[in-house]
Formats: sequence, C-alpha cells, structure tokens
Amino acid sequence: MKLMTKHIPQHILYVDGVTKSFDGFKALNDLSFVVKPGELRAIIGPNGAGKTTMMDVITGKLKPDVGDVFFRDTVDLTKHDEADIANMGIGRKFQKPTVIESLTVFENLELALTGNRGVFKALFHKLNAEQTARIDEVIELVGLAEKRSWLGGNLSHGQKQWLEIGMLLNQEPDLLLVDEPAAGMTDHETEMTAKLLKGIAGERSVVVVEHDMEFIKALQCPVTVLHEGHVLAEGTLEQVQTNEQVIEVYLGR
Amino acid sequence: MTSQSRLAWLMNDVAGKRLLAVILAVIIVLPMLNLLVPEDSFFHVSSYTIGLLGKYLCYALLALAVDLIWGYCGILSLGHGAFFALGGYAMGMYLMRQIGDRGVYGNPLLPDFMVFLNWPELPWYWYGFDNIYFAMLMVALAPALLAFVFGWLAFRSRVTGVYLSIITQAMTYALMLAFFRNDMGFGGNNGLTDFKDILGFSLQEDATKVALFVCSGVAVILGYLLCRYVVSSKLGRVLVSIRDAESRTRFIGYRVEHYKLFVFVLSAVLAGIAGALYVPQVGIINPGEFSPINSIEIIIWVAVGGRGFLYGAIIGAILVNYGKTFFTGAFPEIWLFMLGGLFVVSTLFLPQGVVGVVQQWKDKRAEQKALAKGNAGEAMS
Repeated sequence: MKLMTKHIPQHILYVDGVTKSFDGFKALNDLSFVVKPGELRAIIGPNGAGKTTMMDVITGKLKPDVGDVFFRDTVDLTKHDEADIANMGIGRKFQKPTVIESLTVFENLELALTGNRGVFKALFHKLNAEQTARIDEVIELVGLAEKRSWLGGNLSHGQKQWLEIGMLLNQEPDLLLVDEPAAGMTDHETEMTAKLLKGIAGERSVVVVEHDMEFIKALQCPVTVLHEGHVLAEGTLEQVQTNEQVIEVYLGR
Repeated sequence: MTSQSRLAWLMNDVAGKRLLAVILAVIIVLPMLNLLVPEDSFFHVSSYTIGLLGKYLCYALLALAVDLIWGYCGILSLGHGAFFALGGYAMGMYLMRQIGDRGVYGNPLLPDFMVFLNWPELPWYWYGFDNIYFAMLMVALAPALLAFVFGWLAFRSRVTGVYLSIITQAMTYALMLAFFRNDMGFGGNNGLTDFKDILGFSLQEDATKVALFVCSGVAVILGYLLCRYVVSSKLGRVLVSIRDAESRTRFIGYRVEHYKLFVFVLSAVLAGIAGALYVPQVGIINPGEFSPINSIEIIIWVAVGGRGFLYGAIIGAILVNYGKTFFTGAFPEIWLFMLGGLFVVSTLFLPQGVVGVVQQWKDKRAEQKALAKGNAGEAMS
C-alpha cells in the first residue's frame, strides 16, 4: 500500500567508497556495493571482515569517515540517527537474538508495529482490529501462533530469532538487514528460516549476513564476499566458491 | 490487555487494588479515631501517630516515583531526594510567607533569616510564593525543570547505567552545597522552619494535621493510579523494552531519549509533590534533604518492597520507615548497619523484594494446586 505512492528507486541501498577506522584499524576500507529493490543478498566474510561495522554504518549507529550511503537513491543515511533510519524503512536484526524478554510475543510485535512513535501517542494508544489482525498474521507467518502470550524470555533460541524477524516485518521496512539468522539453529529451523527470508524478499529487499554455507546455499541468491572491510568478490555462490582469491582468504582453509 | 474493558489497566491489578483499599480505609478510619474518640479511650489514635503515618505516606509517593523510572525504565537515580527537596522548599517558601509579621523580628515581608542577614528586600524569586496556587505550581515546576534540563543533557548524550547514577548523585550533592549557602536566600543550613499556618489553618491544630495526613493518602492513591495507567499503556511497554534492550528499542524506531525524559520528568514531579506534602507535616525543610544518603535510602525502600511492582514500592517505603522509627528509638546505634545489611540481603536473596517473594510463593501454590487437580482428574478417568 505504502509502495503505491512512492516511485520505485533504482537502488534500495547504495554504498560507495565507505571507510571507517578505529584507532587506525580500517574496519571498512573503501566498501562499495548496491542492493536493488526486492533483492535478496547474502554477505559472507571471515571474522573481522567488517560485516557488523557495515550494518552499524547503514543503520546510523556509526558515521563513516568517508564515503556515501544512500537509501532509495536520495536519502543520505549518514545524516540520520537510528530511530530516524528505522522509521524510514530499514529494519535490523542483531546477531544475538534480541527480543523484549519481559513482554509477550504479542506485545513484542505490537511494539514493532509501524506507526507513530511519539511519546504521547504511545500513552493513549489503543490497538484497533486491523492492527491486531496484522499482528496475528505475522505471528502465524513466523510460526509462533501457539506462543502468542508467552514471554519473550521463555522462547527457545530459534523462536527468538523468528520473533525478531517478525518484529522487523511489523515495521514494514523496505530493507531488512539480518545478521546471522541461522546461528544456533537446528537443521530444520535453518531450513524454515531460509524459506521465511525467501518469502519476504521480492516485496522487500533483504540483506543477510551469514557464516553458514548450507544456509547460503538454501537462500539461492547472489553472494557478496567481504574481506578486510572491502568487497572481494560478487556473484552466485558457485562463482564465488571457485574464485581463487576467495578460496585463499576464506573458503580454502 | 485481554479484557475488553476500558479500565482493564486497573481491574487486572488485584494486589494494587487491595493496597489502595487499605490506604483508603486508613485515611478514613484513623482521622475519626483521632478526632472523635476521647483521648483516654483505648481506640484513640494520637496525633503523633497521624503525623508519623503522614510522613510514611509521603515517602511512599516518593518511592512510587523512583520505582516508575528504576523498576520500569531501568534509570537508577541516586539523586531523587533532590526533587523531593525542591518540592519541599517550594512549599516551605509559601509557609514562610504565611508567617507574615508573626516572626521573631516582626517584619511583615521578610522571613526572619533575611532580617537577620540584613537583607533590605525580598529577593525576586521569593515573589509570588505568598499565593498558594503559585506555590503549588512551583512544587511541580521546579523539579520538572531540573529533571528536564538534567535529563535532556544526560539522555541525549546516552549516559546510562552506573555513569548516570553517579551524575544524579553529584547533582543532589551539588544542590545540597548550594542550599547550605546563606546567600542563596533559602535560609542556609537552618533551612525554612517555624511555620505557623497553611491556608489560614494553624499547623499545631489536630484537625490540620489530620487534613494533611488525608491529603498525603489521597496523593499516594492518585499517584498510584497515574503510574499504573502509564505502565499499563503502550508507553509503559516501550519503557520496559528500553529497560530490557535499549538498542533494540532504538532500532525499532523509538526515540529512547524522549521516552526517558518523559518518565524522568513525571517521576520528578511526583517526588516534588511528595516533598511539598512532607514539609508542613514535619515542620522544617533544610539542605539535609538533598544529602546523597537520603536518595540512596529511597532506593533501598524500593529494592526491599519489590522493584518493578508499583505497590511493592509503597509497601517497601512504609516497611523500612516503620523499621527505622522503631530501631532508631530502640537501638539507635545499629540502625545504619541494619539499613546497609537490608540492602545487601535484599539484593542477594530477594532480588524482587518482599512482594516478589509473596508472588513466587503464590505462583508455586497455584502450580501445585493445578498439578493436584490434574492428578485427581487422571485418577478419576
């Protein structure tokens, strides 16, 4: 519905020449890549390749030293903070699943539901039938229908991951940044997660940072390999896996 | 949440309703026992007791204010005594102006301490305090303003946890030093005292004391209802989510600093009102109320009662202060050790306070009952 009024941008995310250093160590070194609307993209790389720093820069937690980060072609993300960026339509899932432990599954999703984020709006907020239906729809989608009134803290690791993905969906973002969604999951759960993310892509753009090769294979999407804060290779998983440089730094060992 | 009623936020709170009913009963029955029952009767309640309980009720409101930010939003303020004292000073200034020419020096305009210091005229910031409505406004506004400025700077710079606690402590300490100075114009280390009357009623009269006691009880009840409404709203759930996972909340798109500021200011206003009700009942306000130890004591009340349960804060404040009254009378030299010990014990063994223990015990019993029922059901089939 929201998309009807907006024009479809050429790039949902445009990262160009971004460098970010900490005490002289370049966590990101001239990083450039783009994500198209509706695209599903996997980003892999060894530890310290700069994946989390990249996410921090896109979501406004860190400002780059140099370089451009644009959202929907025109919005300069380096000029906004986390809350702004989240409300513009970028959702982020942390590496460690982070849900609100002392709120129920339903309440977690209610909190994430898109809408006015003002203090006084929240004080007098009442859920309407449409919003309740939307929350229940998402609960169904992430497979937590039976856990609707469970506290977030009582969910299993995998269920927390799904709840967090559900929260992202309720924000109705144009771009989802998902950090290691399959970490600590059983094979079955990993498979479900891949299916879930593939279902989301198309309508929204999804960037997945992951270590697990089986999971990447299941996603069947273009892969970007990061190394020392720089893009080392890009292509299908097969192309990347046969790339000499990639084998040297990452896969070969 | 689950109930359709508009008052679900109150109706689902069984323990809170019970506590409010008890407070209501106390502020109806005790005044009658004080004013109507003859003094030699067994059922007579002394004005001393009324004054003491009135003080406890002010502390309960203060504890409520601290629980709102600490229990629900994770802001551990070790300087909340400052807001209490500011509210108290605003009320004290009104009471000073009420003395008029009945002071020792008989000056119709200047309070005694200003005459003593040879001040020629009333400082500008004392104007208006002869009017009760202006004074009441200041009771809320002075703490609100301090909380707003302090909170705006601290929360915008994302100062959290221990660092925030330390600077709140520094804030109240700095205010204490400032109020100790004679040239601040708040009576220096003697503070404001020798009050005569409030709204024309003598503070020495039993009926006035009873009225202040009833007002304090009503303030606790209204304060509780307000806090309950806030924590039951969506805003309350945002606060909890800030407490549990601040950055998650930020990445969902909430401006964490705005929410913290709102609840911090609200809490400061409640603390200020508590201070304003406290001062006419104890008859004095001095810079000692700003002392860091006072603010730490509030934290102990809340921790003992049960952090994150609004009614726990009220119970904790009354319980600890009853203990303080009793032990400082019976064994004055060990009270501070007991207070310290209480904090250690409650953190180590009662992380959810007295109320939390009762709650756990109830949950366990309900579980066992359900289990017994289940077993009985199996045996039948």
